[in-house]
Amino acid sequence: MMKSSPMSKRIGVDELQALIADGAQVVEVLPAEEYEEQHIPGALSIPLKELNADTVAVLDRGRPVAVYCWDSI
Amino acid sequence: LSPRAACRLETLGFAQVVDYVAGKQDWLAHGLPTEGEDADKPTAKDLASDDVATVRMGDSVEGVRERVDDSPYPFAVVISDTEIVLGRVGRSALEANAELRVEEVMEPGPSTVRPDVDLTSLVERLHKRDLHYGIVTTPEGKLMGVLRRSAAEQRLQETATN
Repeated sequence: MMKSSPMSKRIGVDELQALIADGAQVVEVLPAEEYEEQHIPGALSIPLKELNADTVAVLDRGRPVAVYCWDSI
Repeated sequence: LSPRAACRLETLGFAQVVDYVAGKQDWLAHGLPTEGEDADKPTAKDLASDDVATVRMGDSVEGVRERVDDSPYPFAVVISDTEIVLGRVGRSALEANAELRVEEVMEPGPSTVRPDVDLTSLVERLHKRDLHYGIVTTPEGKLMGVLRRSAAEQRLQETATN
């Protein structure tokens, strides 16, 4: 039987702003073109298709990471 | 995408991952700042002003009439204790009996616009509904301000000529 991983915590806009103020890293996982158009200040672009051990090396494992895409759909 | 991205990060050994599920659309809809090529494009939030009179449902019509007369708009916005927009009350409705309460004369559930709506869409929408003003709110309905359609039209003209 496969071991299921715990679901990450879901947060809203207020909590995200508080986390950013506390130094959390923010990652947009949409395609890079969408990131270029507009993104949350300070967010990094790591498109979902490119999320791997190499691309996440820029992230600090000791700090929270908040991910987002366009919407909840 | 973001739930899968969060899960992937966990499999890559990240222990503190959170998912802002409502995403960029929600961030923009709250009128929050952004970076990028489109960050400086004017939207409804850039024209929204907080100088409209705000009143509560229990206020008397008499007191509100004076406040509307002193404001730059021909109406007041009716809000809750948490600043959620509940209605709009115009000058004509305020001609009613001064002893009535706002709740009895207000127009409930007025049309509102999100702060991230681009000006072209905004003007089209206001024209379609024959509205000269737009009440700007967050997705939760919290009042951010009021804008004039004429100001949006003027900004568009300026953008087109520059």
